[in-house]
Amino acid sequence: MSVAKPLPHDAAPLHVTGAARYVDDIPVPANCLHLAFGTSEVARGRITAMDLSAVRAAPGVVAVLVAEDLPHHNDVSPSPSAEPMLAEGEVFYVGQPVFLVAAISHLSARKAARLAKIDYEELPAILTIEEALDAESRFEEGPRIYCKGDPAAALGAAKNVLEGTIDIGGQEHFYLEGQAALAFPQEGGDMIVHSSSQHPTEIQHKVAEALGRPMNAVRCEVRRMGGGFGGKESQGNALAVSCAVVADLTGRPAKMRYDRDDDMIITGKRHDFRIQYTVGFDDDGRISGVDFLQLCRCGWSMDLSLPVADRAMLHADNAYHLPNVWIESHRLKTNTQSATAFRGFGGPQGMLGMERVMDHIAHHLGRDPLAVRRANYYRPMADASGGDISSQKKGGAAPQTTPYHMEVEDFILHEMTDRLCETSDYAARRAAVADWNAKNPVLKKGIALTPVKFGISFTLTHLNQAGALVHVYQDGSVHMNHGGTEMGQGLFQKVAQVAADRFGIGVDRVKITATDTAKVPNTSATAASSGSDLNGMAVKAACDTIRDRLAEFVAGRHQAKASDVRFADGQVTVGENAMTFEEVISEAYLNRISLSATGFYKTPKIVWDRIKGVGRPFFYFAYGAAVTEVVIDTLTGENRVLRADILHDCGASLNPALDIGQIEGGYVQGAGWLTTEELVWDDRGQLRTHAPSTYKIPACSDRPDVFNVALWDGANREDTIYRSKAVGEPPLMLGISALMALSDAVSSCGPHYPDLHAPATAEEMLAAITRARGL
Amino acid sequence: MADISFLLNGETVHLGDVPPTRTLLDWLREDRGLTGTKEGCNEGDCGACTVMITDDGGARALNACILFLPQLHGKAVRTVEGISGPKGALHPVQEAMIAHHGSQCGFCTPGFVVSMATAHLNGRTDHDDQLAGNLCRCTGYAPIIRAAKAAESTPVPDWMRDMPPGTDTISDENCFMPRSSDALAAWYAENPDGTLIAGATDVGLWVTKSLRDLAPVAFLGGVRDLRQTEIDGDTIRFGAALSMAEVLPTLYEHHPSYGELVRRYGSDQVRQAATIGGNIANGSPIGDNPPALIALGATLHLRKSDSRRSMPIEEFFIDYGKQDRTPGEFVEGVSLPKTAPNLRCYKLSKRFDQDISAVCGCFNVTVENDTVRSARIAFGGMAGIPKRASHVEAALIGQPWTESTIDAAVPRFAEDFTPLSDMRASAEYRLATAQNMLRRYFLERCGTATDVLKVAP
Repeated sequence: MSVAKPLPHDAAPLHVTGAARYVDDIPVPANCLHLAFGTSEVARGRITAMDLSAVRAAPGVVAVLVAEDLPHHNDVSPSPSAEPMLAEGEVFYVGQPVFLVAAISHLSARKAARLAKIDYEELPAILTIEEALDAESRFEEGPRIYCKGDPAAALGAAKNVLEGTIDIGGQEHFYLEGQAALAFPQEGGDMIVHSSSQHPTEIQHKVAEALGRPMNAVRCEVRRMGGGFGGKESQGNALAVSCAVVADLTGRPAKMRYDRDDDMIITGKRHDFRIQYTVGFDDDGRISGVDFLQLCRCGWSMDLSLPVADRAMLHADNAYHLPNVWIESHRLKTNTQSATAFRGFGGPQGMLGMERVMDHIAHHLGRDPLAVRRANYYRPMADASGGDISSQKKGGAAPQTTPYHMEVEDFILHEMTDRLCETSDYAARRAAVADWNAKNPVLKKGIALTPVKFGISFTLTHLNQAGALVHVYQDGSVHMNHGGTEMGQGLFQKVAQVAADRFGIGVDRVKITATDTAKVPNTSATAASSGSDLNGMAVKAACDTIRDRLAEFVAGRHQAKASDVRFADGQVTVGENAMTFEEVISEAYLNRISLSATGFYKTPKIVWDRIKGVGRPFFYFAYGAAVTEVVIDTLTGENRVLRADILHDCGASLNPALDIGQIEGGYVQGAGWLTTEELVWDDRGQLRTHAPSTYKIPACSDRPDVFNVALWDGANREDTIYRSKAVGEPPLMLGISALMALSDAVSSCGPHYPDLHAPATAEEMLAAITRARGL
Repeated sequence: MADISFLLNGETVHLGDVPPTRTLLDWLREDRGLTGTKEGCNEGDCGACTVMITDDGGARALNACILFLPQLHGKAVRTVEGISGPKGALHPVQEAMIAHHGSQCGFCTPGFVVSMATAHLNGRTDHDDQLAGNLCRCTGYAPIIRAAKAAESTPVPDWMRDMPPGTDTISDENCFMPRSSDALAAWYAENPDGTLIAGATDVGLWVTKSLRDLAPVAFLGGVRDLRQTEIDGDTIRFGAALSMAEVLPTLYEHHPSYGELVRRYGSDQVRQAATIGGNIANGSPIGDNPPALIALGATLHLRKSDSRRSMPIEEFFIDYGKQDRTPGEFVEGVSLPKTAPNLRCYKLSKRFDQDISAVCGCFNVTVENDTVRSARIAFGGMAGIPKRASHVEAALIGQPWTESTIDAAVPRFAEDFTPLSDMRASAEYRLATAQNMLRRYFLERCGTATDVLKVAP
């Protein structure tokens, strides 16, 4: 059985030898053109004059295009709201593409793009949350609100009430491979586009619109990305469209890749949030009512901000039952990069708001924050992890509901927390930290355990579908294709393991192929952690169609029932008769059995009304918990993660090695978001941290010195692919434990609540230490 | 234009008419079709383009994105394609990276593999330092370190040991590669508008980011007499063209705190290229060597044509972007005392490794009979130049070495410095931490634990 084996990433031998091919590595003919954008230098303004003569005259330049030169749609938006690819007389952020240069080399295009003379009439720019609120600059007509119970009454009656605010910074994806696309013009106006994209169908769709052709004229292929993290869900549209338009106009291949600084200045990042809260609770810290105000800075265009902000609301409870709750979300339009999808998609920000509340309550009551967290956990559900669902309904209490009225049927964090406390030695270490702090005047330690409950499914319900195409060739080798894209997460290998298992053959017999809109149409983005859930099921369906045909064929020959035919260990057996898989395929071919099939899957059970905030947006929840221990320097605010212990729920893992890789990487990325990764804009709206010299993702030595990761041993109670659970996004939020551990360390410096904001840079830490001391 | 030759993955390459600031990375990918070496940032901060360069000083990992082709002349280059054996046999670090799941998206992987293979060849097992210049966004580094450890005891494949061909000078109109400081001095006197390129860790960005055309240029890598460390009596003299990696062992031996500062200077790839002279001569207010050297009372040596002069190093830094250096004059070396047991260097940055200092504070206070006898305190990141805290020094000298003396000296920082706010830190934070560094220095000398990097889990 190939499923559940810790196989390496399918492309690992190619990665380590440099043979893995990314978009910029694809050989191109010598006449290939290279593209670069000229970009806005002001945050908001009207273009009063544009002199591009020096750009056109620069060495190597073949074409220069402005908005009016585009043959059809000038729109690269992934949402219903328009987003011009090239500015149309007005600019909305520093870095917005204004014109497009095509030249004979990457360097000549970049050099020429800097030669434009553009005059602007500058208009007042809206840069901050406050400015946007003051100007009523927002997407949607007003805030979205979810409400359950009677929060006002609950707050009025509560024994204890606290108010607070947390500022949560954004995050640059810093995929190591920058955005890239390459278009090859074909006969009859067709176009082939290679794109570093999580969403090939959207690339196909936007390119077709830009060329004024039907989608069937465009084929998009994605073999792999050098990292995505959500940053390649919509942000690659502009590059692919530019390449296709230039290729179509000139008849020459066209390639575009952003230089790192351009990439960081042009493309969107994680949304930054301010979350204000008022919470009422008893002396055990049990919450009776809570009111959240989520202020979300979306940038200049809508992009994916509405579903991102929705998901922040949907995770405002994290793992805690809130009997009375008000969640109000404002999606603010600002003159900055259009914030976009980023691993967790708003969930991390919403969840962090809740974890801040837990931390604040615990500080107020002088209790271990873990005790407060546990007091608020959702009710334990017997047999929540797999097993017979009906028996559970009989015995235990009814499930509690989320702020959006979904029953939490699969809550396993009580058991997971018990286990993690034991394996991480939480209680003893918490005592040791207190001891250590009593002895050390300058350095202080902190420790925190935080849980994760993350909803799995696209909240736009129709996206929860997937297709697959599987061929078995005469020699028994299998060609597998599906709509998911590979960005490093190991999706292709997991799905290949599924295919191999269905046929009972080795995974080496399954050829993994590039995602291709000509093979599987109308795909959803590889996003929302859905890759293996959706595509695994679609591939399973396609394989099973072929397998059923084979079983019937074999059964017919041996006067047996198709259901008695077994596919395992490279053999097909029925009763006493065994043939190799290859022999069966060869015979099936000679007997004119179709050896190719499509597969399709749609997620069951989900219904969601995003306006009312009522329904079941998620098929299930993925869970996890982390304990982080930190040390801080109270003189400078410098800080470091010493140890992290993680227990994470992947259901019945399809591939434990790949899942652990997602967990380790997600944790470090999440901890980076909340510590060293700081985006800084100046008062003109220019991003000042636009290169790795100034924007600091975790480096090697920033990982925890001791880093223990374990998988929770339990199956998904829902019928997912081999009862596994999605793992792409949830582990990122384990990094919240690092921020809470820092808050714990700061709390040891003085009597006041530190009000620690994110990211907790050394500077923010020193400010929090000052607040804790009441200075 | 220049004619150069070097070994590429074991094969000799001759190139004629090479533009002097063409990067190795662009040449490998665009001309040579060797696309395993990746461009991640094009400024030497991510390591995706790491290649192994071997010369008579041994093998080292360097960033190909800010390495100009003439710098390869006479050397051997090994890219990720050459880390595997000639018949495709995997290197032990490649095997370990597969077995330990060290790659996910794979884009940073070639750079990691080359860094790891170079460290493996050199017998280095300080993996965090060896890999500080390679960023990975997927794995969280844990499996990569597991792989590096697993490969430690495996033998070095024979194909990894390159025999660089060695070289002569390059001398044409726009590109000069002298073999002696005399030749350099003569050239620079004749070409005072020329650009001197040592490691190209700074000048490289003028080309890859500012898109400047530089000419004429002189490459300093072959000037052997500028790459000497001389220890004479109480004085160490570093030649200006010594790389930071080359000065590091000497610093660790004689000035361990300064050595620790340099361990965190850039990354291994950067330290292997960047020179101590370059870090001084570019006059940056945030270079890490000048504050340490000022605190040590170092002397800077300049040369123009055949005339030489020396000055206390702090006098070299006149104002932001302005140094006491005349056209055609270059930094020849720097002298520093061999012992300074009280020197402590504090580097404050958002990230511990491979980050530019927000504040770099260096303290060298001598206490005799519980009284401060002398004080040299210098900072980077606090002014337009690396600068001494003269008022603070004055407040300490002659006073008893006590907490109340420190308390009295702390407010004097505001007289020495009015720092700026930028993306690295605010002015207020810079001032507050500069003050707290003085407290840290006092506490550390009193035996209090003050270093988060020394705390074990």
